[in-house]
Amino acid sequence: MKPDTYLYIFVMAAVTYLVRLLPLTLIKKEIKNTYIKSFLYYVPYVTLSVMTFPAILSATDSIWSGTAAFAAAVLLAYRRKSLLQVSIAACAAAFLVELILV
Amino acid sequence: MKDRLQQFKLGLKDGIPIALGYLAVSFSFGIMAKGAGIRTLEAAVMSFTNLTSAGQFAALGIIQSGAPLMEMAAAQLIINLRYCLMSCSLSQKLSGSMPFFHRFLMAYGITDEIFGVSVCREGTLSPFYSYGLICAAVPGWTLGTVLGAVSGDLLPARLLSALNVAIYGMFLAVVVPPARESRVLSGVIVISMLASLLFTAIPWLNGISSGFKIIILTVIIAGAAACLFPVKEESHEA
Repeated sequence: MKPDTYLYIFVMAAVTYLVRLLPLTLIKKEIKNTYIKSFLYYVPYVTLSVMTFPAILSATDSIWSGTAAFAAAVLLAYRRKSLLQVSIAACAAAFLVELILV
Repeated sequence: MKDRLQQFKLGLKDGIPIALGYLAVSFSFGIMAKGAGIRTLEAAVMSFTNLTSAGQFAALGIIQSGAPLMEMAAAQLIINLRYCLMSCSLSQKLSGSMPFFHRFLMAYGITDEIFGVSVCREGTLSPFYSYGLICAAVPGWTLGTVLGAVSGDLLPARLLSALNVAIYGMFLAVVVPPARESRVLSGVIVISMLASLLFTAIPWLNGISSGFKIIILTVIIAGAAACLFPVKEESHEA
């Protein structure tokens, strides 16, 4: 028999929570090893970059609006604008390009 | 305490772009959940308890096919293994004097976006900042799911399309500024993006799930960067 949907939801929530919880509770001390420290320092930059590109290009209805959003975000981020400002600029750029194209 | 409230408010503010991006993504998740035969309440409970995009999208197919629960557990483990890396990284940002129970609450909120914003804060991370981020992001994620499931055409398609880039804009706002001062970081970012592009473009690589791609590239690129350019104490200039 097919399991109940809530049973699936419980299993996936439990697995996902444990994956998040275990390192956070097991690693209590500061890591001294330079290699591991460096690795963890680079992790967010690689992860976020990999997730952003090329996904941003296909996130909208047209590759051109995605490209415009990418360009606007990089430019404003380079000028140290806040998270919210960069995000809104990216959305606005995508919106405007789609207005013109579609 | 005043400082706690201040951190919480700051987190709420930085959480707004996360919530906006989540609203758009979870809206499409809601529509797909409905299509997979999942009730609105079930989809909402799933979003509230899981708070993960890739894992939830994958779960739809698994539930629909009536697969064994073990398969669900294994799929979630692989897709969400990247949170394990993020959790390790985050553990280094916490103050040793912080009460231990905070870790149990903060763990719930480790998502790509919340992690990305938290980990790049200067100095130690206040749990109240994380709670602010969570309090902004979770309602966005859950509400978007409900809206998508209830009414797929509530928002104009054009607006929805534009909202999809909010999350990526935010990621770029996190990674680009520190790269200004460090050529190594700039290189790491460019190489990561190009490698990610390769994984999308090359036929036998693009079958790899996005969660797994993130893990593979993170381990290889961050591992190589750590070997070649170890970070010196308290210096961002490697």
